[in-house]
Amino acid sequence: MAVAAGLGPRLDRERFQWSSLVMLAPALALLGVLFVFPVLYAGYLGFTDLALVGSRSRDYGFTGLDNITRMLGDYVFIKSSWLTIIFVVGSAIVGQTVLGMALAILLRNALVSVRAVIGSIVIVAWVLPEITVALVWYAFSQAGGTLSILLGHTDTNYLVAVPMLIVSLANLWRNVAFSMLVFSAGLRNLPTEVLEAAEVEGASAWRRYRLVVLPLLKPTIITNLLLVTILNLSEFTLIYAMTQGGPGIETMTLPLYVYQEAFVFHQLGYGTAISLVLVLIGAVFSLLFVRASRSQV
Amino acid sequence: MSAVQARRVGAESLIVVPYNRVSAAAVATNMILILLGCFFLLPMLWMLFASIDSNPDWAIRLPSPTLANFVDVLGRADALSSFRSSLILAGTTTVVTTVLAVLAAYPLSRMHIPFKRAFMLAILFASGLPVSMLIIPVYQMYVTFGWLDSLYATALFLSASSLPFAIWLMKNFIDAVPVELEQAAAIDGASTARIVRELVLPLTLPGIAVTAIYTFINAWGAFIIPFVLTYSPDNQPGPVEIYNFMGSHGLFKFGDLAVFSLLFSVPVIVLYLFMSRYFSGAFNFGGAVK
Repeated sequence: MAVAAGLGPRLDRERFQWSSLVMLAPALALLGVLFVFPVLYAGYLGFTDLALVGSRSRDYGFTGLDNITRMLGDYVFIKSSWLTIIFVVGSAIVGQTVLGMALAILLRNALVSVRAVIGSIVIVAWVLPEITVALVWYAFSQAGGTLSILLGHTDTNYLVAVPMLIVSLANLWRNVAFSMLVFSAGLRNLPTEVLEAAEVEGASAWRRYRLVVLPLLKPTIITNLLLVTILNLSEFTLIYAMTQGGPGIETMTLPLYVYQEAFVFHQLGYGTAISLVLVLIGAVFSLLFVRASRSQV
Repeated sequence: MSAVQARRVGAESLIVVPYNRVSAAAVATNMILILLGCFFLLPMLWMLFASIDSNPDWAIRLPSPTLANFVDVLGRADALSSFRSSLILAGTTTVVTTVLAVLAAYPLSRMHIPFKRAFMLAILFASGLPVSMLIIPVYQMYVTFGWLDSLYATALFLSASSLPFAIWLMKNFIDAVPVELEQAAAIDGASTARIVRELVLPLTLPGIAVTAIYTFINAWGAFIIPFVLTYSPDNQPGPVEIYNFMGSHGLFKFGDLAVFSLLFSVPVIVLYLFMSRYFSGAFNFGGAVK
């Protein structure tokens, strides 16, 4: 005992070292000033009547629940919330997940050359800058554009005729590679014994996928759903560059409405309040997925 | 390693449909893929063909080849200055984010820090927050600081918004390096500085490269942050410039627009190809939510 005491502090237990704080400090400082503070500040601004210009830009104050009451009576806000949910459910949760998994499975079974070429094309669509995707899809869907020629209505501007469908397709086109890669990795990591057993038992390919592969992929599917939901809820650039929320407010999802209220109509306070609702929707979706992942096996 | 690979190869060959037996299914699989491939190829093809067409419109058609569009764009001062702005913006963001992320990720991976788990969860949550929420208070702060229309100040906010994911990514890369090597070096009497310099840095270099390239690709394509925080024409990076050109009907020719966005996309594709060599393991997300 006396010998042990002479050796100083115990070495078998991890201790806090000041050097770790020194290494963390720069990141914590930057995040503190330009991330944590803005989040807290947004939590306050959402309950004020701050404006970008005019008297309310200096002389603003706490207005309690006024912004929330205003939202409930705001036709554009209600419509915008629905559009956001349609966009996320249609383009991301259903479109991206189903097409991403289909691509992953098909590519596995394809000829090597087909796999290499098609896989690369899908990934290039994902790597392209968003603004480029917005431009090529804008061109694709214009009257006289490639889509209108393929469908035989060269005088139809599909970005005006079915705007929500076109921006959802463009978003699916851009993002599906992400889900494809996630599912390809998931498929690669499946235990072979179970698949072997199913094949030895003579199960058809369809039954193997439906009854063996799909249940085993459940954790991957839930992770994919969580990530694509969070990423797509805040989608701004693609939709804004293609339509600015139009025609009318037909593609005005919540991130675009936040931008319009804050920086076009100069209602910084109200815009912030709407952005808080967007965060809330994200939190609800995340909780649902986390609960779904806990309920497995 | 070899056992894992053998297992993977095994799984691959099990799921592959044997062509000699169900060739109809094999034909269908490849046909569907080729059709899907066309859906992905057609929109991009417009950009390629229009960029070398002397008189393009919105439709894809075989170009009457010319390099005039490229000459046009490379002679435009506004196009060149937007490349300069994008380089400053993405370059600064990449350096700041990568350095801070590596510094923060090492203790988060290796040292005992109170509330580490809560901190990592907060980091993950933060990387999911919408930029459209942060941009309003940050705009207000930048007005107060007098930081509006500064590319470096804008890069600072871009860094802050990409830092949470970069730390998370970098910590996972350091976690994957076996700690036993460092312990062995420490027992052999190497100093911490020497361990970091000669062991940790070389072993995590692929991870650092991926983090840096990922950050650069994101910053290169960032739109809303420079769109709100900068206003003078000289400071507009590529995405904002392309957006302005799209809106100025007629002022910018289709061919020039195609060339500009093509040139703007090339660096990102090259960097991705470089990065994908290290990136193969990054999509093993199975059950990461738990």
